Amino acid sequence: MRTVNTDIIIDNIKEMCIEANYELSSDVSERIIQAEKTEDNAIGKRILGQLVENMDIAKNDRIPICQDTGMTTVFLKVGQDVHFEGMYIEDAVNEGIRRGYEEGYLRKSVVGDPLDRINTKDNTPGIIHYEITKGDKVEITIAPKGFGSENMSRVYMLKPADAVEGVKNAVLETVRLAGPNACPPIVVGVGIGGNFEKCTYLAKKALTRKLGSHSDKPHIAALEDELYEAINKLDIGPGGLGGKTTALGINIETYPTHIAGMPVAINICCHVNRHVTRTI
Amino acid sequence: MEQHVVTPLTKDKVKDLHAGDYVYITGTIYSARDAAHLRMYNSAVAGEDLPLDITNQIIYYLGPTPAKPGQVIGSAGPTTSSRMDKYTPTLLDMGLTGMIGKGKRSSEVIDSMKKNTAVYFASVGGAGALLSKCIKKSKVIAYDDLGTEAIREMYVEDFPAIVVIDSDGNNMYRDY
Repeated sequence: MRTVNTDIIIDNIKEMCIEANYELSSDVSERIIQAEKTEDNAIGKRILGQLVENMDIAKNDRIPICQDTGMTTVFLKVGQDVHFEGMYIEDAVNEGIRRGYEEGYLRKSVVGDPLDRINTKDNTPGIIHYEITKGDKVEITIAPKGFGSENMSRVYMLKPADAVEGVKNAVLETVRLAGPNACPPIVVGVGIGGNFEKCTYLAKKALTRKLGSHSDKPHIAALEDELYEAINKLDIGPGGLGGKTTALGINIETYPTHIAGMPVAINICCHVNRHVTRTI
Repeated sequence: MEQHVVTPLTKDKVKDLHAGDYVYITGTIYSARDAAHLRMYNSAVAGEDLPLDITNQIIYYLGPTPAKPGQVIGSAGPTTSSRMDKYTPTLLDMGLTGMIGKGKRSSEVIDSMKKNTAVYFASVGGAGALLSKCIKKSKVIAYDDLGTEAIREMYVEDFPAIVVIDSDGNNMYRDY
């Protein structure tokens, strides 16, 4: 049994909220820099140039990369030999978000009720996914995500007969419908299998996987490559104004599913695909 | 074609702007997004005055991050325009001539833009740090309780945007 004080959780989450919103991870930033060099479309190239400049200004002048600093998704993997002392863990996570968004001058974008729509003014609550794992470590991933792209995400309850073609059509249809609204170039997270909520969780989780990494399963890795190529032939391009840089990457996660179904979720993320992971 | 646009944006100026033009906007513009649009719309429907005269003005669909000490404004990129579509024809009928955002507009908005001689600009989504550098002054003038969604009067210099839909209805966005 290892005891972890929740003050450590609060401090780390605070720092990670700030870090995620001021600097993109290198896998994402390098793809944007590379795309600016290879894009042939004049407007697309110009937009990518602005995105490269934007990343530099954000980092050097300490201005958030995007004004939509997101609703904060937190993946918390807790080793089963961990004992938390201090606060209730959920309160600690939200306290970390509260401090991060206040001290980091990040936007408070959460309303307390979806219909009354009164801003909570501290960006809480976050959306927290707990997972119990082996061992005595706590792994925290923070993924603040804007809603321009979140709004363009979709779930398809496909039939087994739809097969892999159905999955491809679902992904491409979602990207086409997202068009310019999701701030392309986008990152595409796909969850296949599980049930209605599991596939959406997998799609979100897929967005936190490093760009350029592949699924361990060869047929899924091949599907990632095939869809990446197909998406970038849609000519949506940066800003939705044409070009071959529509997606910076696509990650697919899978899970066993029921004999009667094949759920597919597509979580679209803009180019500001923020995620930070720390292990405590 | 590159064009410099100075506000107020009269209808004569709007007519000179064409889909595909790169523009640099200088002058006073106003921020408003979802919640502020709902309030303005409700005021308009009730026959009440809006908190600002929108005649020949540009609304920027924006909810910035908080300014740090010494900064005019925080990160300040565009939000998705289609969420404002429901309210936009009413504002265009009241004299609004320009909108800055990102993403597609409804056919109702485009028809109203043609009828009212208005223009829709896109700025680069996710470039909030870069765009904030063009905002030289900012103050909240209405709906302060809405926080980031309050209406701000902002002075911008050479704010970069692209004419995506012009007053003839020409549209750079298409179906993919």
